[in-house]
Amino acid sequence: MEYINIIILALLVNNVVLAQFLGICPFLGVSGKVSTSLGMGAAVVFVMALANLVTYLIQYYMLIPLKVEFMQTITFILIIAFLVQVVEIILKKSAPSLYQALGIYLPLITTNCAVLGIAILAIQKEYSLLESVVYSSATAIGFTFALILMAGIREQLELLDMPKGMKGFPLTLIIAGLLSMAFMGFAGLV
Amino acid sequence: MKNMKFFTEGLVRSNPTFVLVLGTCPTLAVTTAAINGIGMGAATTFVLVCSNLLIAALKNYIPDKVRIAAFILIIASFVTVVDLVMKAFTPDLYNTLGIFIPLIVVNCIILGRAEAFAQKNKVVPAILDGLGMGIGFTLAITLLASIRELLGNGSIFDIKLVGDNVSTILLFILPPGAFITYGYLIALMNRLKARYSN
Repeated sequence: MEYINIIILALLVNNVVLAQFLGICPFLGVSGKVSTSLGMGAAVVFVMALANLVTYLIQYYMLIPLKVEFMQTITFILIIAFLVQVVEIILKKSAPSLYQALGIYLPLITTNCAVLGIAILAIQKEYSLLESVVYSSATAIGFTFALILMAGIREQLELLDMPKGMKGFPLTLIIAGLLSMAFMGFAGLV
Repeated sequence: MKNMKFFTEGLVRSNPTFVLVLGTCPTLAVTTAAINGIGMGAATTFVLVCSNLLIAALKNYIPDKVRIAAFILIIASFVTVVDLVMKAFTPDLYNTLGIFIPLIVVNCIILGRAEAFAQKNKVVPAILDGLGMGIGFTLAITLLASIRELLGNGSIFDIKLVGDNVSTILLFILPPGAFITYGYLIALMNRLKARYSN
C-alpha cells in the first residue's frame, strides 16, 4: 500500500514538472514532438532510477559514516555527471540500437535539475533503498507523461495562427499552466 | 568605461530570465513572494560572480577536455558555501527555498556564463558579467514574484496593499499561476522588444 501511495503521489499529485517545477528546461525544450519526448522520457527514467540507487548508497555508506553530509551537493552532481557518461559508453558498446534511440538525449540529462533534485528529495524524505528507487522511477514516468501531453498539444498548435509575441515560450508556458491546473485536480487522490 | 558594457548586457538586452529563458526552474518555483525572489537572486548572483571570477582566473590551467566537470565542481563548491551560510544566518528563507538552494548547481545561467563568457575573458569583465547577469536575474524574478504575491495574496514584500474585504486570486501563488504569469511576462517583453528595436 505504501508503495502505491508513493507511486500515485510522485506520478500525479506532485508531478515533478507541473507541481514541483523540476526539469522545466527539457520540458520546454524537447516537448516539440511526441517521438522525441518518448526518447527523452525513457532516458530520464533510466538515469534517474540508477542515480537514486547510487546516491542512496553513497549517502548512507560514505557521507554519513564519514560525517561529511555537507558534501552532498558536490558528490551527487559529480556522481550524476559520471553516471550519464558511463551509461552512454555502456549503451554504445552493448546495446547500439538503444543507444541510437536514446543517444542524443543522454548528455542533456546532466543539466536536468530533476535528477539531482529527486536524489536529494529522496534522502530528505528518509526513504529506504527500495522506496527511493520506486519513487524516482515513478517521478521519471510522471516527467515523461507531462512531456508527452505537452508535445501532443504543441503538435496541434503548429497549425494555428497566433499573435507574434505569444509564439514559442509564452504560449508553451501558459499551456503548461493550464495543464498544471488540471493536475491540481488529483490533489485529493491520496 | 568599456567594461560597463559587460555589466549592462545582462540587465536588459540579454536578460537571462526574459530574453535567454535560462534558469526557469527556480524562476517558477520560488516566486511565491517577493522576498523569496530577492533571496534566491542574491544567492544565485553570489555563486555566479564567484564562479565567473575563479573560472576566468584559472582558465589557462583547466584542460579543455574536462572543463565542464571542472566548472561544475567550482560551481558546486560555491553553492555549498551559500547553502551553509543561509542555513546559519537566514533559516526561514533557507526553509522556504528548500531544495532549490542546492539546485543552484544545475542552474543553466551559471554554467552557461562559465562556458560562454568566463572561460574566454579576463577576470574583471567576468566579474562584471556575472554581476550584471545576476542582478538581471534577481530583478526579473523579483518582478515576477511581486506580481504573483500581489494578485495571489494582495501584498508585496508582506506589505498589505488591498483591503481585507477584497478577495485575492489564490491561483497565482499556486503552481499554475507561476507558469501563466511567466508566460505573459515573456510575451510582454517580446512585444516591447519588437516595438523598440525598430
